[in-house]
Amino acid sequence: MANLNYTMLEATNMTTAEMYGSTLVQLAEQDSKVVGLSADLAKSTKIGALLDKFSDRLFNAGIAEQNMFGMAAGLAQMGFVPFASTFAIFTAMRGLDQIHTDICYQNLNVKMIATHAGLSFGQAGSTHHCTEDIAIMRTMANCKVIVPCDGFETAKAVAAAYETPGPVYLRINRGFDMPVYKSMDECKFELGKAQEMKEGTDLTIIATGACVARAMDAAKVLEGEGIRARVLNMHTIKPIDADAIKKAVHDTRRIITVEDHNIYGGLGSAVAEVMVETGKACAFKKLGVPDVFSIIGLHEDLMDYYGYGANGILAAARELMGADFEEDDNWDDEI
Amino acid sequence: MGISEQDFNMLEDKARELRKLTVQTVSWAGGGHIGGALSATDILTMIYYKYARVDVKNPKWEDRDRVIVSKGHIGVGYAPVLADKGFFDKEWLKTYNHTESKLGMHLDVNKVPGLDASSGSLGHGLSIALGNSLGAKLLKKDINIYVIMGDGECDEGSIWEAAMAISHFKATNVIPIVDRNRCMIDGPTEEVMKLEPFADKWRAFGFDVVEIDGHNMYQIAEAFDKAKAAKDKPVVIIANTFKGCGISWMQDKYEYHYASIDASGVEKSVADIDAYHDARKAKGGK
Ligand SMILES: Cc1ncc(C[n+]2csc(CCOP(=O)(O)OP(=O)(O)O)c2C)c(N)n1
Repeated sequence: MANLNYTMLEATNMTTAEMYGSTLVQLAEQDSKVVGLSADLAKSTKIGALLDKFSDRLFNAGIAEQNMFGMAAGLAQMGFVPFASTFAIFTAMRGLDQIHTDICYQNLNVKMIATHAGLSFGQAGSTHHCTEDIAIMRTMANCKVIVPCDGFETAKAVAAAYETPGPVYLRINRGFDMPVYKSMDECKFELGKAQEMKEGTDLTIIATGACVARAMDAAKVLEGEGIRARVLNMHTIKPIDADAIKKAVHDTRRIITVEDHNIYGGLGSAVAEVMVETGKACAFKKLGVPDVFSIIGLHEDLMDYYGYGANGILAAARELMGADFEEDDNWDDEI
Repeated sequence: MGISEQDFNMLEDKARELRKLTVQTVSWAGGGHIGGALSATDILTMIYYKYARVDVKNPKWEDRDRVIVSKGHIGVGYAPVLADKGFFDKEWLKTYNHTESKLGMHLDVNKVPGLDASSGSLGHGLSIALGNSLGAKLLKKDINIYVIMGDGECDEGSIWEAAMAISHFKATNVIPIVDRNRCMIDGPTEEVMKLEPFADKWRAFGFDVVEIDGHNMYQIAEAFDKAKAAKDKPVVIIANTFKGCGISWMQDKYEYHYASIDASGVEKSVADIDAYHDARKAKGGK
């Protein structure tokens, strides 16, 4: 296990991608099989951090993502642990056939660390926004999907990706993320296990990535209104923590999902799939990009604009609290 | 054919003005892809002020020539051209990148009048142009389709899929122009991913290659004439350019792929652009 001991100082001074880059350098120091690949975005994705000490282990494919993912598959076949980094959209879309057939189908040990995800490259427009990747990547059999919420969690998630055999898709944002954790210790990252950020019994807000910070902000305000919201950081979209979702259905009967992604196919859909299978009634609201190509703008602004910033979460929470349920603790009679 | 001395002077002045407006737009936008924008300014100027048949009053005119800036990251250099041409109000440029603006880093065909394709994901434009060409043929329309590509962009396999198909279909009204500034993001093209022998690659895919100085108006015009005259074999124009052309400290520096410019930077850059264009005009295209 990489000896990760980032401090708050580092977390506030380093972008999320920089935390990734420096974690990767540590992994490369410990394991000579760790190699990197990029497609003319070594600097932007920070995988270029490898260049200082391990320039012979970083391969730049040029602007050729399909080739890059094919190369990653080939390196994995040779026993290496390739980390391949480009923007999320050029990973989950441009490179998808190679990812599907060369990496996931063959269950190869490739780590796809995709940056500039969601609307985090907000001013770049829809050619660079990536609000479809969670939906796409979670349908790739064998592939794990992780969406860390801040720099600390990214460091831990990258190490976990390294330790988990097989393909992993990890999506991070451009630039700085609002820190969710106050220290490395506070982040209990465990693949496939949601972290409960706040206890609550009235409703559950399940968030992922940049939306976790917004969910926490909203939960604090709700607390002041006497509404006790549970907040789950669902950093792993696949395998999804079904137990945590079932428990939320049972304990709170109201769930809001929040993601920086299209409301179709992502976290909300993954949660809904588990929820519906419980056979229990549950008030439910998915927040995210409402199936549109987003407008231009700053990431913060866009999250508010599409109603999944803190205010949007608050509004949805208040609405859901209005939903009535039979007072009935015994759900065994419900199908 | 070609251009007259009068055209030359007009085009030179226009390019100077557009370079300045590009710098200004980068500052309004809070940053932008200035390097690759300035390397393409002269090509864009020639297309819009001399060659392309377009109608600013009717941007969707069916018989217009199509222009596809496949290296879509140069919106900060392209939007000023469309605005100056009259497709939309120059005031829009001041909102560049602002939340809810019509103008973002990569231009959106549904928001920007005069634009023929949303680009930004590299390696798409040439295929779209081929589709335009095939469609125009079926519709019996005599149009040209200008496509500006980056040299780094030519790493993408899709460019070569399109190239193969353009020569297969003899789509000679597609006029691909490669902005050969020899730079991409992570470094010089020949260091990141070697393209040479570049012209031979295009020849092998069935093209006649016209190599020019992409900052010389006479040469650009001559190349366009050759490409337009092509009948059986498509022509590709390899325009040798400089990233950041016109601003001395940016010129030929891949590090200036993307930069922000503050107010004093604008002033310095504009002065530098004037000096560059004064010298260029004095040479008279020789
Ligand atoms: C498919 C795709 N991959 C990666 C990028 C990110 N990107 C934007 S510009 C650029 C470099 C482009 O180099 P080049 O085509 O030579 O353009 P220029 O140097 O003229 O700006 C890259 C890699 C992209 N926009 N699209």
